[in-house]
Amino acid sequence: MTSAALHISNLCYQYGERLALDKLNVDIAEGEFFGLLGPNGAGKTTLMSLLTRLLKPASGEINVFNYSLNTHGNQAMRQIGVVFQQSTLDLDLSVSQNLEYHGALHGLSPKEVSARIQQELARFELGDRQHDRVRDLNGGHRRRVELARALLHRPKLLLLDEASSGLDIDSRANLNAHVRTLCKTEGIAALWTTHLIEELHDQDNILILNKGKCLAQGEAKTLQEQHKAKDLPALFSQLTRSVV
Amino acid sequence: MTISAYYYCFVGILKREMTRFLQQRSRFFSSLVRPLLWLAVFAAGFRSALGIAIIPPYETYISYEVYIAPGLIGIILLFNGMQSSLSMVYDREVGSMRVLLTSPIPRAYLLICKLLATSLVSLFQVYAFIAIARLFDITPPLMGYVYLLPAALLPALMLSALGLFLSSVIRQLENFAGVMNFIVFPMFFLSSALYPLWKMRESNEIIYQICALNPFTHGIELIRFALYGQFNLQAFSVCIATTLVFLALAIFGYDPKHGLLKRKAGGD
Repeated sequence: MTSAALHISNLCYQYGERLALDKLNVDIAEGEFFGLLGPNGAGKTTLMSLLTRLLKPASGEINVFNYSLNTHGNQAMRQIGVVFQQSTLDLDLSVSQNLEYHGALHGLSPKEVSARIQQELARFELGDRQHDRVRDLNGGHRRRVELARALLHRPKLLLLDEASSGLDIDSRANLNAHVRTLCKTEGIAALWTTHLIEELHDQDNILILNKGKCLAQGEAKTLQEQHKAKDLPALFSQLTRSVV
Repeated sequence: MTISAYYYCFVGILKREMTRFLQQRSRFFSSLVRPLLWLAVFAAGFRSALGIAIIPPYETYISYEVYIAPGLIGIILLFNGMQSSLSMVYDREVGSMRVLLTSPIPRAYLLICKLLATSLVSLFQVYAFIAIARLFDITPPLMGYVYLLPAALLPALMLSALGLFLSSVIRQLENFAGVMNFIVFPMFFLSSALYPLWKMRESNEIIYQICALNPFTHGIELIRFALYGQFNLQAFSVCIATTLVFLALAIFGYDPKHGLLKRKAGGD
């Protein structure tokens, strides 16, 4: 039996009078690649901010590997690796300096960090760029550095907030494939938020979010059958009533 | 988390601040040019206009350059505090602040580390300035240079805490012009940096009272006394209390339940 990597129940958040998330429920198992699909303004980034403690929920519960984010936030955060929509790398530092800083913020010793940096950079074929300033890297490489950084402290849950935005088609596909491989080979759970339908597969468990509300949740293929949609874009369009 | 994890965290934050500081050489030179200009140009002009009586901690008549040296150390610390605030706002705008805020280490500890790291970087500039100031006959006793270390560290912490607090309430980089006009300049000019308080009192009692209440005045006096081997308890107490207040406000400001993060977060 697999334990829940992420369990969200009745999560609500509002900006003033505007409800940004309304009673959201999500369960992600270990090793699962979970897709959160929603148009701009759906509440995806708000959810990410709540999952990373940048915001505090109005109500509801978030548990990461049975650690409540509310009562055991620091233990929960140790299990999480994050890639934000907006790049969070320090452009003036080198690739390895950015990773060293992240390692220090997770309380890792310099020796341990140094060894892990070599491993992660080798995994993402960035070994020869470690002394380059991030400013000198292209968008695809920067994203790979962010993913390497997110994995540095060996998290069991990866949160990726529109991580492929701004990348070309090949880089996007590569990043998506990398994350799927991590789920399969290392048992890492991933929450992949996107508004790009082609990044999700029929076998993926997905949640379609619009204006803070969950419109549908389950295996993408099953949802298509339930709603008599010919494919995922048609399902998304049907549920959100937006042009795809 | 073990104690060593907290230590590695502090070292990591300090290393990042140092690396960024060393990369920005222009920042280092401009932080030195500002007080040196005051010393070389402003002080030369004011020397004849202002007579300085014998006031503690000085035991003899002193030149105006000697009088304003602690104030110019203060200006280095003040501008550094604001610089760190500016860089925090910039980090938040470009997103790199999230790396700090999503650490599993308690946020209050991270902010204290950031505060300490910024303050230690300021001390490098202070010692560079005081070394060059010897060329202007500013030669405190040798032990003064030793006492200067803790005495300058405390106002550095106080001003960095102010900067940290400001960064938690300032929405955009553009608002920094307001900080310069409404905080930095009044703090500097309404202090004992350029003129002794008794002179201020002779001309205007209200302005004197404001200067006496200004925590920056106490930071400067703490440095002034330390440079001549003396301890100013009142200045020390005011600096400690002000640091704690600003730090508490900054921690409150960076709490996702209350502060700017809540107001600033996007709506997606």
